[in-house]
Amino acid sequence: MSDPVSAFRFAVNVTPKPGILDPQGRAVEKSLPHLGISGVSKVRVGRRVELTVEAADAAAARAVVDHLAGELLSNPLMELFEVEALG
Amino acid sequence: MSVRIGIVLFPGSNRDIDAVNALRVAGAEPEILWHESADLAGVAGILLPGGFAYGDYLRAGVIARFSPVMRAVADFAAAGGPVLGICNGFQVLAEARLLPGALLRNRGLRFVCREVTLLPEHLDSPFTREIGERRGLRMPVAHGEGCYYADDATLDELERDGGVLWRYANPDGSVALPDDPGNPNGSLRGIAGVRNVAGNVAGLMPHPETAVEAILGSEDGLGIIRSLVVSAAEWSSTGTLTGTRPATPARGAA
Repeated sequence: MSDPVSAFRFAVNVTPKPGILDPQGRAVEKSLPHLGISGVSKVRVGRRVELTVEAADAAAARAVVDHLAGELLSNPLMELFEVEALG
Repeated sequence: MSVRIGIVLFPGSNRDIDAVNALRVAGAEPEILWHESADLAGVAGILLPGGFAYGDYLRAGVIARFSPVMRAVADFAAAGGPVLGICNGFQVLAEARLLPGALLRNRGLRFVCREVTLLPEHLDSPFTREIGERRGLRMPVAHGEGCYYADDATLDELERDGGVLWRYANPDGSVALPDDPGNPNGSLRGIAGVRNVAGNVAGLMPHPETAVEAILGSEDGLGIIRSLVVSAAEWSSTGTLTGTRPATPARGAA
């Protein structure tokens, strides 16, 4: 008998580090006046990755996500990541 | 016997044939290395060609980093063998943390495909030794993510240690800073290519391998390719590489 496993769902939000030039964010920001929108600034464009992890418990699942988010989903030289547990 | 140099082929590599041609022009024997194999077939040097490895999904170069061949390339680099990454190959080496810094999306957001002028530095390195004199080298760039980035401390350290091998130049011969006309992508301090601390791994965004014959519009890239070939020959016959030093931990890991 193996240990029972459960499935845990997470989202990983990856964003450019503060201070890193984000040309995508700047392009979005520049397009807003064409929509008649003003007063919006500091637009930063990132990436959201959702995934399911099978593990013995939530803490073990979270450790897997933290590891893969730092090694693969984000580049620590230029990006930050944030892990969010989904319901 | 000509020296054998491996060209790493990932799904999505597309400059491998240009690399084959350039190595032949430079007098070497190219050997294609498939990404799923960790066997380097006893080559004396490695060239990571341009393209879009694994579709550039997630970030350019990151998925290639985890392929079996890259584990072998990392071991080859750790042993002191010469490794050169061109364009996407540079992105792979940066993601693999074999080279300092990162390649961000071009400042202008557009894919840039045009000729640039490169100024080489440190003409005694394994990747510049056959260039001869310090002069502007004309060759193409073709990339969407080529903006060289590292934090200020890492850039200062790179410059102090002689880690910058190539910079973009303006028409007047000055270094092309991020907003200058000679800088195609916003690269900080005009950096087009770097080497590691040990000096045996280098990468650059421009394409020397497509500027090796007059019929291609420029022969200015041949010096860089010949440098790799001469270095690989030296490495295979002596087990040492002029212009390198013992490996130390990679910089810029913070």
